[in-house]
Amino acid sequence: MGFMATPESYVLAIGTKKGLWLATSPDRKDWSLSGPHFLMSEIPSIGIDTRDGKTRIMVGVRSEHWGPTVAHSDDLGASWTEPEHGAITFPEGTDAALERIWQIYPDAESRPGVVWAGCEPISVWKSTDGGEHFELNRGLWDHPHRSEWGAGYGGAAAHSIVVSPSGENVHIAMSTGGVYRSLDGGASWEPRNKGISAYFMPDPQPEFGQCVHKIAADAAVEGRLYAQNHHGVYRTDDNGENWDSIAEGLPADFGFVMLTHPRREGTAWVIPLKADGERIPPGGVLAVHRTDDAGSTWKELRTGLPEREYNAVLRDAAAVDTAEPVGVYFGTRGGAVYASADEGETFTEVAAHLPDVLCVRAAVVVGDRSGSAVDGAETRAAAPVAG
Amino acid sequence: MADFTVLLPGVLQPLVGGQSYLTASADGVVTVGALLDSVTGDYPVLARRLRDETGALRRYVNIYVNGDEVRRLKGLGTEVAPGQEILIMQSVAGG
Repeated sequence: MGFMATPESYVLAIGTKKGLWLATSPDRKDWSLSGPHFLMSEIPSIGIDTRDGKTRIMVGVRSEHWGPTVAHSDDLGASWTEPEHGAITFPEGTDAALERIWQIYPDAESRPGVVWAGCEPISVWKSTDGGEHFELNRGLWDHPHRSEWGAGYGGAAAHSIVVSPSGENVHIAMSTGGVYRSLDGGASWEPRNKGISAYFMPDPQPEFGQCVHKIAADAAVEGRLYAQNHHGVYRTDDNGENWDSIAEGLPADFGFVMLTHPRREGTAWVIPLKADGERIPPGGVLAVHRTDDAGSTWKELRTGLPEREYNAVLRDAAAVDTAEPVGVYFGTRGGAVYASADEGETFTEVAAHLPDVLCVRAAVVVGDRSGSAVDGAETRAAAPVAG
Repeated sequence: MADFTVLLPGVLQPLVGGQSYLTASADGVVTVGALLDSVTGDYPVLARRLRDETGALRRYVNIYVNGDEVRRLKGLGTEVAPGQEILIMQSVAGG
């Protein structure tokens, strides 16, 4: 079941509750699947770094028995490396222990080697060596609001990180705590949630405490971001100062996914679920919804998707690639994975009956791929993660 | 000096070059925590699999001294005498 990557390859990494699967395709329609890697460990986060002419796949791995760690592969999964002392470990004095890596976010092309991570307990980390060692962001860790942040259903974590092209302007989102913004590259943080509802709290418009599920930036309009909230879909045009609802036209305002186009203004995707108390696609009809006008209107996209689907799509179980036209990918808690090579207009099934899909990430493979092969049976690790 | 032997489950043995046990030497009685410090000194990945950054034993890692799980004794402060068997096992958990 192994494959050789070709110069035209796309890679799709699928993190599940019980391991990682990797798929490649020459055309984003026919996919070859391999795995599992890290069998019996969950993979809640993946980052694919294609800067510097190389392809590095980084994964957040968590074993119920043996704890969390970060591993990376520079050969499309043929081998995995784990820093001996751990890529992310809480420093002495914090009296904290890493629970789960929720986000691995390679920074801009102009800052090669810089990778951010968002973790549980609520924390943000930054690496300058391509994800091999991360430093704890002290500004957020020592924030006076910390004791008032809560835990969402899945845990208390910083799950979204968005860095502006300049690097000075950083937005994060946490469940629960809401959106926090830094204007100094992450040195200091302030909540920016005006307009985002926290209907589940005594004061439904608090300064912070919202349960923002995912944020993403508009690549073409500086200061514009989109948010999928715990009920509520929002946009800000002023760098987070004010958030306005863009939920009109969607079948539901609940969900976890928020994706944006890597280049084009006003284009975003969501995957609605019916409600907090009914976490299924509305009416059992799974659909992706895309806006091309920054949320003024939405288009339902479900060609190629099943007639009935009652599983949810989690916040990081969806991704876009950077090709033209952009590819859209997502997986369900029922273990189905779908890919679109035309911005969501049509989908094909990449995989079915996998464990719960927690995270997907896709990229156009770059770099020297000679000898690269992916095959679960050949997977080895310098320091393997046992599950 | 007395030798102590710590038995490892098969799933962790690849982290120590395939060995099924590790040994350490000490004068007399030692604590389980000190013994773990000693035997994992050359194996930092193994150390992280067993304990988190605060030094706490991971929830589903069990250590038995002469057949007794250390959480029912004095945890990592449980004393081990020369000749006693120390066994690391993972809990039966998950689905």
